[in-house]
Amino acid sequence: MPRIVVDVMPKPEILDPQGKAIAGALPRIGLTGFASVRQGKRFELSVDGEVTEQILEQAHQAAATLLSNPVIEDVTRVEVIEEDAS
Amino acid sequence: MTSTSIETPLIGDVQPSTSGDADGPLSEVRVGVVTFPGSLDDRDAMRAVTLAGGSAVRLWHGDHDLQDVDAVIIPGGFSYGDYLRAGAISRFAPLMEQITAAASGGTDALPVLGICNGFQVLTEAHLLPGSMIKNNHLHFLCRDQRLRVENADTHWTGEYWAGEEVVIPLKNQDGQFVADNRTLDELEGEGRVVFRYVDENPNGSRRNIAGISNTAGNVVGLMPHPEHAVEAGFGPDSSAREDVGLRGGTDGLGVFTSVLRKLVG
Repeated sequence: MPRIVVDVMPKPEILDPQGKAIAGALPRIGLTGFASVRQGKRFELSVDGEVTEQILEQAHQAAATLLSNPVIEDVTRVEVIEEDAS
Repeated sequence: MTSTSIETPLIGDVQPSTSGDADGPLSEVRVGVVTFPGSLDDRDAMRAVTLAGGSAVRLWHGDHDLQDVDAVIIPGGFSYGDYLRAGAISRFAPLMEQITAAASGGTDALPVLGICNGFQVLTEAHLLPGSMIKNNHLHFLCRDQRLRVENADTHWTGEYWAGEEVVIPLKNQDGQFVADNRTLDELEGEGRVVFRYVDENPNGSRRNIAGISNTAGNVVGLMPHPEHAVEAGFGPDSSAREDVGLRGGTDGLGVFTSVLRKLVG
């Protein structure tokens, strides 16, 4: 079953408190190579059958209206992923 | 549902405010309170309306019927479990369509108040600008909070004076108000910052903003909870107006009397 993956990230200018907390925890487990962390969301929309242009358009619409809030977030990816691919 | 038949989770009978007259025009004003799955403070908001002298009406998010109410309160809580983003799913509830349409018609449009999660619903519904993200310190914060009423001309703040301070409870995890600088300048320039945190910024909100309004002033949203400071014995331990006894703060009541008085003209 093909899936459409939608990635949503906090806008660069918005401080990401969760990412900051993760960045603070990494050194505690000895992982000191990272300057910062930002946390986003990944959605997988499964489709019965073929991903038509219309369905892809719906995914873009979902990403813009429900899955993200443009005031604080950017949609960074809307991409079809075929079966058995990741 | 009339004021007398409200289920009251608190001890004691509801005593309508002395500023309202139980049989007078204020009691004719019907204020709807919307319940979503996960709403927590809907009963408290109804109780606040009743204590202010109005008639509280229960509204269900899944209905299409506003039941001819004169104003609407979207209460606090965790509607839809805050899944996705706080307020993001509630925004598409059937009743929100009616509320959004009725609230968008200028100064005579339906007065709408969003408290905490309700404020988040109003921003998601684009009735108010900006959004809320997690508190900058990441903790759930519950405390009695001092605010300044910056705009006493909205439908929900007419009983205060501009510059007046109030103490009402604040309790949330996603309370940090954010918006881009242009939007913030616009809000400041148009006097649409309605409530501002005083003393210490509790959550990193831009420009200490605790509550805002739309251009017409009929739609107001704020993170703190005026409905938890309406009845002596169940409110904060302090008031910005006078010394009060334990749990004696009632500084939030004015929000509810404001809309009732505005509606009876």
